Amino acid sequence: MEQQSDRRPVRIGRRSFFDYLFGTGLAALAGAILYPILYYLVPPKVKEVTASSVVAAKAGDLAPNAGKIVAFGGKPAIVLRTPEGEVRAFTAVCTHLACTVQYRADFKHIWCACHDGHYDLHGQVLAGPPPRPLDEFKVTVKDDDVIISRG
Amino acid sequence: MGFLQHKEVPRHRFAVTYYTGGITLFFFLIQVLTGLLLLMYYRPTADAAFESVRFIMSKVQFGWLVRQIHVWSANLMVLAAALHLLATFFGRAYRRPREVTWLTGVGLLFLTVTFGFTGYLLPWNTLAYFATKVGTEIAGDVPVVGRAIMVLLRGGEEVTEATLSRFFGIHVAILPAIMTVLLGAHLLLVQIHGMSRPIAVPVRGGEPFYPHFVLRDLFVWVLLLGGVAALATLVPWPLGEKADLLAPAPAGLKPEWYFLFMYQSLRLLPARILSLEGEKLGVMVFVFGSLLLLAVPFLDVWAQRERSHRVVTAAGIAALLFVIGMTIMGLRADR
Repeated sequence: MEQQSDRRPVRIGRRSFFDYLFGTGLAALAGAILYPILYYLVPPKVKEVTASSVVAAKAGDLAPNAGKIVAFGGKPAIVLRTPEGEVRAFTAVCTHLACTVQYRADFKHIWCACHDGHYDLHGQVLAGPPPRPLDEFKVTVKDDDVIISRG
Repeated sequence: MGFLQHKEVPRHRFAVTYYTGGITLFFFLIQVLTGLLLLMYYRPTADAAFESVRFIMSKVQFGWLVRQIHVWSANLMVLAAALHLLATFFGRAYRRPREVTWLTGVGLLFLTVTFGFTGYLLPWNTLAYFATKVGTEIAGDVPVVGRAIMVLLRGGEEVTEATLSRFFGIHVAILPAIMTVLLGAHLLLVQIHGMSRPIAVPVRGGEPFYPHFVLRDLFVWVLLLGGVAALATLVPWPLGEKADLLAPAPAGLKPEWYFLFMYQSLRLLPARILSLEGEKLGVMVFVFGSLLLLAVPFLDVWAQRERSHRVVTAAGIAALLFVIGMTIMGLRADR
C-alpha cells in the first residue's frame, strides 16, 4: 500500500482543478473547430495539365522577327521566328517575378514589360533584373505544324 | 464592459425564453463563418454554380461539413428567430420602452427568411430554380409595386443567370450589410433597456448578466454546436440535380418549410374571390399581416399600462395555430 514519505503529494484545490478542466475543454473545442477550417482552406489538388507537347502554331503564320504566346501545360510559352528565319520556343514566364514576356520586333529580342528584363534569342539574359535564362523548348516542324515539347 | 455587470436577468417561470435571442445570434454567427468559407470556392454563374457546390461537397476537405452546417444552421436560425418572436410576443416584451427593439427584431426576422430565400437558389439545382420562379412570381402579386419588385429581383422577366447573380449579391453583400446595422441596433437596445420582465408572472429576483448568464449562454452554444455538427453529419441535405431551364417542373415541388404556410394558404384560395384574383388577395392579406406584426407594440394598448389582455394572447394563439396548421397541411399535401 501507500508508503509514508516525507514528500506529500502536491494537492491542487477544487478551484484550480476545474479551471484546468475548463481551459483544456476550451482548447479542445477550439482545436476541433480550427482543424476542419484549416484543412478546408487548403485548396484541393486539381488535375494538372501535363501535356508533353503541343501544336503551337502554323509555320506559315509565323513571320520572321515575330513571336506569339501560346498555352503549354497551363502556362504561357513564346514561339518566335528569328530575323534569320529559325523557329524557337521558350517558356514565357519571366524568371524575375513571373510576368509574361513578349517578342519585341524593334529590339529583335524577348522583353519583359514588368521590370524591363531583356532576353536574347536563346533565352539568355541581356539586361535587367531576371536572375536566370528562360527555359527553351524543343521545336519540331512537321508539315506546317510547329510542335513544341519539353526537354 | 461596466454596464454588463449592472445588467440583471430576472428569474421566473419562463426565464428559459431569455436564451432564444442568444441562440438565434449563435446560428447567425455560424452562418457568417461558414458563409465566408463557402465563398472561397463558390462560383455564381449558371455554368459553374452547381459544379462548384458539388466540388465543395466532394473534393474540398471538410467541404461537405461546412456546407451541411450552413444549410442546417440556416434552418435552425429561422426556427430560433421564430421562437424568439413567440417568447417576446407572449411575454409582452415589446411594450414601452422596447417598441423599437421589437421593430428591429421583426425586421431581422424578415431579413432572415430573405437570406433563406436568396441562399436557396445559389446551388442552382432544379428544386431551387422552380422555388425561385414560384417565389418571385408571388412577389409579383404584391399590389402596385409587385411587378417592379419581381423584375428587380429576377434581373429581367425570367429567372435566369442574371437572377443568380442578383441573388448572390443580395445574399452575400446587401443583406449582410443591412443585417449588421439592424442587429447592432437590436443588441444595443437590449443592452440599454435590459431584459424585460413579464407582466403576469411573479419574478424571483435576478442574476447578473455577466458572468452568470453569459457563461450559461455559452454553454448552450457549445451544446448547439455539437448538435448542428451531428445533424450535418448524420442527416445531410441533398444537393439535387443541376437546374435545367427547359425541363418541366418536377412533381411534389414545395418551398422551404418556413414558407410552406403561405404557399399552402395561397393554394387553398379559389381562383377568384369577388372581382379579385384569389392569389393577389392572399398576398395582400400576408402583406397586411406583416404590417400588423410590426405594429403589435402600438396596437396592444393594454400592455402599455402593464396589463396582459386576453385578446392579445388569443390573437397570437390564433395566428400561431393558423401557421402551424397550414404548415402541417402543406407537409402532408400530395407528395
